[in-house]
Amino acid sequence: MQSFKKSVFVALWFMFLTFPLLVVRVNTLKGEVEWRWMNMLWVGIVFFILSYVWRAALERKGQKKANNLDEDGEEILGFRQRLFQDPVIYRKVIAAVLIAAVIFPFVFSSYQINIMVLALIFVVLGLGLNITVGLAGLLDLGYVAFFGIGAYSYALLNTLYGWNFWFCLPIGGLVGALFGVLLGFPILRLRGDYLAIVTLGFGSIAKIVFENWDGLFKGASGIANIERPGFFGLEMSLEQSTIYTYFLMVLMVIFTVFVVNRLKDSRIGRAWMALREDEIACVAMGIDMARTKLSAYAFGAFWAGLAGVIFSARNTYINPNSFTFMESAIVLSIVVLGGMGSIIGVIIAALALILMPEYLRAFADYRMLAFGGIMVLMMIFRPQGLISDVRRKYDLSALQKKKEAKT
Amino acid sequence: MSVLLEVKGLTMDFGGLRAVDSVGLEVRQGEIVALIGPNGAGKTTFFNCVTGIYTPTGGDVLVHPPGKKTRRINGLKPNVITTTGMARTFQNIRLFPNMTVLENVMIGRHCRTTTNIIGAVLRGKRTRAQERETIEKSYRLLEKVGLAELAGEFANNLPYGAQRRLEIARAMATDPFLLLLDEPAAGMNPQETHELDALIVRIRNEGNMSILLIEHDMKLVMNISDRIYVMEYGKEIAKGTPQEIRNNPKVIEAYLGEEVHA
Repeated sequence: MQSFKKSVFVALWFMFLTFPLLVVRVNTLKGEVEWRWMNMLWVGIVFFILSYVWRAALERKGQKKANNLDEDGEEILGFRQRLFQDPVIYRKVIAAVLIAAVIFPFVFSSYQINIMVLALIFVVLGLGLNITVGLAGLLDLGYVAFFGIGAYSYALLNTLYGWNFWFCLPIGGLVGALFGVLLGFPILRLRGDYLAIVTLGFGSIAKIVFENWDGLFKGASGIANIERPGFFGLEMSLEQSTIYTYFLMVLMVIFTVFVVNRLKDSRIGRAWMALREDEIACVAMGIDMARTKLSAYAFGAFWAGLAGVIFSARNTYINPNSFTFMESAIVLSIVVLGGMGSIIGVIIAALALILMPEYLRAFADYRMLAFGGIMVLMMIFRPQGLISDVRRKYDLSALQKKKEAKT
Repeated sequence: MSVLLEVKGLTMDFGGLRAVDSVGLEVRQGEIVALIGPNGAGKTTFFNCVTGIYTPTGGDVLVHPPGKKTRRINGLKPNVITTTGMARTFQNIRLFPNMTVLENVMIGRHCRTTTNIIGAVLRGKRTRAQERETIEKSYRLLEKVGLAELAGEFANNLPYGAQRRLEIARAMATDPFLLLLDEPAAGMNPQETHELDALIVRIRNEGNMSILLIEHDMKLVMNISDRIYVMEYGKEIAKGTPQEIRNNPKVIEAYLGEEVHA
């Protein structure tokens, strides 16, 4: 009843607010005022329903929180959590996903494979940024700069010196990491808003340099005729090459997941997380802040560099428009939507955010609207992201037994 | 008994304010030394100067690690100072709230382990051995402070007293020869304070560590300290054994006001 009353008030308030815009219309030709009362009614009904649903959803969320605790006060694991913690289940899921990934290019058209390659590139970008933002807690709004740097380093090395893809792939990553360190130095002492502004600036600078340094980067017209990834000099048709790039990208994602996962569960990953939690305590515990921060930036940028090389090899043509703030924002949304620090969450979010707009072209006009709406809803109902970071369980049973033996 | 920490004429200015005014202090092997004083006396500032959070304006902070060369640590970074073997806790608890209890202690082992990025990715024999050792040592420390059952819990879910003990365990994980505790008993109830009292003495006796602590709880200070330094308005006004301090007129004046004299 409470929420019913409140919804009525919300509806009345919106009817009042929208009154001058939606109800009154002055017809200057006829010199009279039109009163569109029906509009007012519609506004009232729509906002009443929206408000009611909204309140019900919030209420349910509150209840769920209360119910999730069992008698011991321990949280009952939801299905999703179980999925990632029970090895029997997640091995099956991983096997199924792998099989689907292998079959995919032979079932779908090369247009769809191409989109998938793009989505996988964003998976790698998301996983890379996840290190900087999700694990180390360092906001980076200019992440696309490293992506661009990787892409341009391959484009230039290939078109100017004819260096091949495989040779350039690690170089692209390392150049990205180098710039990550360069960006890292001046912002070691910054936090929060200031960090956001500096990284945003760095992203913009990178794009402006690509755009205006005509001599090296060919300016806005971009660099064309970049070589596709080769396979020991094997001649490939366009379609074969697309499939080949796809598998390359799948392997790349697996490699990234493997490396990121191992780092996360290591001494270095723990230091990154500690840095995110409390800088002063982190330093007081003997962790070198400068080194840890720089390594987080460098490592995040490394993946962007690798992804950039593959991106320019896939497109065979790049120009500065592929490296705008919009791309940075999308990668950051992938990390936030997926769940900070969660590898699986980031993968799902990247696929969803890149594939959905491609398959829902009909609604392209509403894309940003839906995007914004989803973000707002996510932040209210699942601020921890789609899948919250699953913490590693340390096997302590051996240690516990030893203690019992002693006593 | 050899001297571990030697502070001479330490001075810290914040603009025109002299927060710590040429304070000297010594901690010897196996001692529990307390630094007391009314609120705002500059005790925590003194701590922050010694542990590298602030760079002192003047004076010398010398450490004599057992079996190693003497080092002047003024202005060194906090992490370097921790690596030389002095670990601290904080007055307002500074744990890593969204990490588990065990992980919190494992962070303390960071400066004593060496795995680099490549080692972590390849996860070879040495890395695995080091990781096992880190887990085992951290778990033993949790047992020592009585938190072993809560190893998998998030640090911010712990009760207050347990968080304080976890901070001590985390500091001990850095293998220090000197433990600096900034008001370890703040906010604890008498029962918890009593347990802490026993814990600190046990750490000193078993862990071969010396302890320097700031504390307001007089009962705890008088019970466990070997020597006490008293600060007021940034200056050191007294030092000595608990018995001497208890009867020192200057200390009584600082704590209770001048009326006592009159």
